[in-house]
Amino acid sequence: GPLRERPLLEVRLGELHTWISTCDFSPQGLLGAAHRAWSSYCAKYIHVRQGGAPGISMLLAGYCLLSYGWNYQHLKQHRWRKYH
Amino acid sequence: MLSRLVLRAVPAALRALPPPVAVGVLHTTRPLHTTQQSLAPVPPLPEKGGEVRHGFIPEEFFQFLYPKTGVTGPYMLGTGLVLYLLSKEIYVVNHETIASICIMSVIIYGIKKFGPGVAAFADKLNEEKMATAKAMKSEALQALQTAIEDEKKEQWRVEGYSYLFNAKRNNIAMLLETNYRERLLMVYNEVKKRLDYQVAMQNLRRQKEQEHMIQWVEKNVVQSITPQQQKESIAKCILDLKALSRSAQAAV
Repeated sequence: GPLRERPLLEVRLGELHTWISTCDFSPQGLLGAAHRAWSSYCAKYIHVRQGGAPGISMLLAGYCLLSYGWNYQHLKQHRWRKYH
Repeated sequence: MLSRLVLRAVPAALRALPPPVAVGVLHTTRPLHTTQQSLAPVPPLPEKGGEVRHGFIPEEFFQFLYPKTGVTGPYMLGTGLVLYLLSKEIYVVNHETIASICIMSVIIYGIKKFGPGVAAFADKLNEEKMATAKAMKSEALQALQTAIEDEKKEQWRVEGYSYLFNAKRNNIAMLLETNYRERLLMVYNEVKKRLDYQVAMQNLRRQKEQEHMIQWVEKNVVQSITPQQQKESIAKCILDLKALSRSAQAAV
């Protein structure tokens, strides 16, 4: 279909910057995009007959990564070596 | 979460619209009653979720790297990444690492051991819910079916109503007739009784008058016989008797 209506995973690498230019970066647009992402994730991994651990464990892994990134400046001070 | 109702209709519906309208209001990500597709009946849930390898890497990642790097590509990427993060100390090993290793091992052991049991239990609960819902639905259908059959039977019965009403009308007419005749008979009897009474009264009066008159005449006659007349009549009778006896003697 047309470029502006394809989801991100179906956009080829070369068309990425044109796709970003068609994005709606207003607060409503960003909120809508976040809502769409969340609902598609839920539909794929959580609202199924036999969901399992992977549904939540991916969320927890993402949360771990995010929190590690947020606390990185503090964790950097606990390095073992000074020179890498 | 609204995702349950929205499901996969959302991306398709959104792709059919220009973006500013689609993301206008958060809670209605689709305009109502303007598209061809409808959301009822709700499509059933998919059986299994998306494939995930090792618990937190989606299968699509492995498929994405497969054409270029084969089967071992993602694992080499993972190993290289981990070694890079450790060697450059972008990931710092501290007390939290030990804690996370212990926690993750316990969690993974628990999931591997009790996972299938819990899954079976949850499936059983789901099955019971579905069974009750299905039972309700089939009961409702059954009730409606019996209602339809009863209605048809009632319609069939209506055809016989004319006979029924004729019979009832005949019954009532007969009752009325018998009642009328009984009353007629009663009237006749009463009138006859009264007339008989009058006749009896008249007869009685006449009889009494006759008796009274006879007595009165007898009394007056007896009174009117004077002693003189009595002697004369007795003498006459004696003379008559003598004459008779003489004629009888002569006859002998």
